[in-house]
Amino acid sequence: MKKASILMILGPLFLLGLYIFPLWNIMLGAPQYPDPLGMNIHIDGIRGVNEFDIQNIDGLNHYIGMRTLPKDEDMWEFSAFPIIVAVMIAIGVIIGLAGFFRRINYKWFLGWFFLMSVLGVMGMYDFNEWMVDYGTNLDPNAIMKLTNPDGSPISYKPPLFGHVKMLNFDVTSLPATGAWLMFVGMTLTLLAGYFGWKNTKSGHVIKPLET
Amino acid sequence: MKRFTLQIGIALSGMVLLFSGCNQGGNAANGALSSSAAEKVYVAPGEQDEFYAFLSGGYSGNLTVYGLPSGRMFKEIPVFSQFPTSGYGYSEETKPLLITSHGFIPWDDLHHPDISQTNGELDGRWIFVNGNNTPRIARVSLSTFETEEIIEIPNSAGNHSSSFITENTEYVVAGTRFSVPVPQRDMPINEYKGNFKGALTFINVDPEHGHMDIKFQVIMPGFNYDLSHPGRGKSHGWFFFSTYNTEEASTLQEVNASQNDKDFIAAINWKKIEEYVNNGGGTEMPANYAHNVYDESTHMARSTMKKKVLTVDPTKVPGAVFLLPTPKSPHGCDVDPSGQYIIGAGKLSADITVHSFDNMLAAIEAEKYDGYAYGIPILNFEEVLAGVVKSGGLGPLHTEFDGKGNAYTTFFISSEVVKWQLETWQVVDRKPTFYSVGHLMIPGGNSRKPFGKYVVAMNKITKDRYLPTGPEMEHSAQIYDISGEKMELLYDFPTHGEPHYAAGCPADLLRQNSKKIYRLDENNHPYSIKSPVDARVEREGKDVHIYMSTIRSHFTPDNIEGIKVGDRVYFHVTNHEQDFDVPHGFAAIGANTSEILVMPGQTKTIVWEPKQVGVWPFYCTDFCSALHQEMQGYVRVSPTNSSIELSWSVGE
Repeated sequence: MKKASILMILGPLFLLGLYIFPLWNIMLGAPQYPDPLGMNIHIDGIRGVNEFDIQNIDGLNHYIGMRTLPKDEDMWEFSAFPIIVAVMIAIGVIIGLAGFFRRINYKWFLGWFFLMSVLGVMGMYDFNEWMVDYGTNLDPNAIMKLTNPDGSPISYKPPLFGHVKMLNFDVTSLPATGAWLMFVGMTLTLLAGYFGWKNTKSGHVIKPLET
Repeated sequence: MKRFTLQIGIALSGMVLLFSGCNQGGNAANGALSSSAAEKVYVAPGEQDEFYAFLSGGYSGNLTVYGLPSGRMFKEIPVFSQFPTSGYGYSEETKPLLITSHGFIPWDDLHHPDISQTNGELDGRWIFVNGNNTPRIARVSLSTFETEEIIEIPNSAGNHSSSFITENTEYVVAGTRFSVPVPQRDMPINEYKGNFKGALTFINVDPEHGHMDIKFQVIMPGFNYDLSHPGRGKSHGWFFFSTYNTEEASTLQEVNASQNDKDFIAAINWKKIEEYVNNGGGTEMPANYAHNVYDESTHMARSTMKKKVLTVDPTKVPGAVFLLPTPKSPHGCDVDPSGQYIIGAGKLSADITVHSFDNMLAAIEAEKYDGYAYGIPILNFEEVLAGVVKSGGLGPLHTEFDGKGNAYTTFFISSEVVKWQLETWQVVDRKPTFYSVGHLMIPGGNSRKPFGKYVVAMNKITKDRYLPTGPEMEHSAQIYDISGEKMELLYDFPTHGEPHYAAGCPADLLRQNSKKIYRLDENNHPYSIKSPVDARVEREGKDVHIYMSTIRSHFTPDNIEGIKVGDRVYFHVTNHEQDFDVPHGFAAIGANTSEILVMPGQTKTIVWEPKQVGVWPFYCTDFCSALHQEMQGYVRVSPTNSSIELSWSVGE
C-alpha cells in the first residue's frame, strides 16, 4: 500500500504542470504562413505560440466574421480552472498521504481518478462548446460569407483533436505538454488504485480504517 | 542453321549492347560534366543560398543583395540615391539622410562595400559603403538591411579609396582620388602641383552603435589615392593606399598621369597617428560637413552640420607614413589573410607586384630610402619587394584570397581571372571572364578568414551575354567554383547598376539576425499612433498633419474633409501589422513626391500639396490582402477661402 500511496501522492502533483505548460495547442498553417500561426490554450487563458500570433489570427479571422479570441477576463473558465485544478491536486495529495498512513483504502484513489476524469471530460465538453460557438457564431456583415454546397454557412470550428483543412489553412489541434503531464499523473493515480486493490486482495493490508 | 542464326543473333545483340554501352558512356560523361555546374548553382525552390553577396550598385547609388551560388537578387538597399519604391529620400524621415554641405543630393556613385569585422573576421553587424562623387561614407545595418548613417567627408573629392575597415572596425577609411585645394579656395587649376592635397580620412566607429565620427585626416601630397586595404594580423595598425598620378597632372591625365614608371603604395601607421592625435597632435581646421543619423526607434533621420575637422601633416609624425614604389599606376592594393603581403596591381602592367610587410619594417628600420616626396620617405623598391607574379595577363586590378595560400587577381585588359600561389608567385590557373572584369569577390576574401568556395567576377562589359536590351544593358557577372585546383565557371548572371566591388559572407552569419517586423510598442516616432482610436487630423496654419493607421485592409481615417488648396498635408502613416512581410503602401493622386512603403510597426510620412479643388483618392500600393483593392480613401479639397471644418472618419 505504501507504493500505491506514493504513486497517489505523485500523480496529482503532475497536474502542477498545467500552471506552466499549455493544455492544448492549435496550429494554423497556410501557403503564405510557412511558419504557422499558433495558439496555446492554458488553464488561465489563450496565448500565442509566437508573440503576435493571437493578433494575427484575429486579423485573419475578421475577414470571415469570427470574433476576436477571448482575453483571460472574457471567460469564467480561465479564472475557475486554476482553482479547480488546485483543489483537485490538494485533495489528491491528501488522499495519498492518508493512504500512506493507512487511514483510507484504495477506493479513495480510484474515486479521485473518477472525479478528475469527469471534470476533464466536462472541461473538454465545455471547450468544444466554446469552439462551436467561436467557429459558427459569425458576424452577419462578415467580409467573406462562405457556404457549404448545400447553402449552409461554413463552420470554422477548429477540431478538438486532429487535423482539418479550413479554406487555405491546415488546422491541427492536439493536447500539449500540460495535458500530457495530466494524463501521466492521472495514470499514476489509476495505477495507485490498481496496486492498492492488489495489495488488499493479497491480504497485506487489513482494514486500515479500523486501526 | 537454326543454331547459326542464334549465334549471329547473340553476336549482333552483343554489338548493339557494346555500341549502346559506348554511347551511354559518352552521354553520361558529358551529362555529368554539364550537369555538375548546373547542380552546383541550383538552389531548389524553397531552399536558401549558402552565402550573401553585397554588390555595389555603382552609378545606381545603391547596394544590391544577392545569394550565392544562385546569383538571385534579393534586395536593392537604397543608400545614396532616392528610391521611389520605398519612399527613401522622399519621405520626411529619410530626406535628412541625403543632406550634404552642398544641400540635398539625390544621387551618388556607390563603390566599395565592406562588412564589419572583429579580430579580422566578418562579424555581420554592419556594411560600410562609399559615395564617390560627393564624398560620403554610409553605414547599413545588417539586421534591417537599411541605411542608418551617412557622414560627409570634408577636404576630399572622388571618395574612392574608401569604406574599408580596420580589423576590429576601429576605423572606416576614406581616401581622396581627386586631390583638391585644402582648404578649398579660388586658384588657377594649373597650379595643382604642390598645392593640391589628398586627404586620407580615418572615421572612428562606435563599437556599440556603429556611429561614425571623423577622428583625423592625414593631409597627403596631391596624388590620386585609388584603393586601400587594412593591414591585418601582424600588420594590424597599418593601412595601405595605392596611388596614381604621382606626376600631379591636372589635365589629360590619361596620358600625363601615366608617365612615371612607378607610383606608390602609401603605408600609413594609423596607430601611431592615433597616438599622436590622442596626445594633442594635429591641427583643427574649420570645415562644413553633414552627419546624418537614422534612429530605428523613431524611424527618423536627423542631419547635423559639423564645423571642424582635425588634420594631420604626415611629416610631423615621424615613422608614420612611407611610400612603397609600385609599378604602373596601381589600382588594387590588397592584403593577404596573414597580413604579410601587400599586393599592388599596376593596372597598366602585365605583372603583379607583391610587397612584404616584414621587408617593409626592415627597410624602415635600416632607413633604406630612395629619397622623399614632400618630406615623406620613399622606401627602396627592391628592399620591400617580396615577389613578382609573371602573370602573362594584362591589366591586373584586384586580388582576393581563398585562405588556402592562393590569390585570385582580375585582369581587365586580358579579361580573365588568374589564380596564383602566394610565396611561390606561380600562376596555377586562369579562366576567361565575359568581359573585361573589374573586381572580384570571395566571401570573406578581404579578411583573416576567407570562405574560399566561390569567386564572383564582376565585369564592365556585357555585349552578347544576355538577350539584347538596346544600347544600355546591365553588367554581367560570373561565378566560379574555386574549391578545386582549377577554377570552374559555373554560372553567369546580370547585376544591377555597375558593381565596382562586393563583400560576401556565409548566410548563417546574418540569417538569424534579419529583422522580421518593427515592434509597434517600440515605435517612438512623434507622429505615430499606437491604436487606430488615436487617428486624427490636426491643422497648424497651412500645415495639416494626418495621423493615419493601416491594417488589413483599411486606412483610419479614410474620409478626410476640410483640406484646402495651398495646404501642405503630411500623411503620417503607421502600419499596425505585426506580421512578417505585410507592408502597406500609400500613394495620393498628384503627389509630387513618391509612394511610401511602410513596414509592420513602422511610421513614414509623405507630403502632399493639393493644387486643385476636388475629391481626391489615395490608396494602398502594396498588395496586402485579398481586400487590398478596397484599401483606399478620399480627401476632399476645398477652395483656399472655404470655411469647411476639418473632419475625418472611417466606416461611418
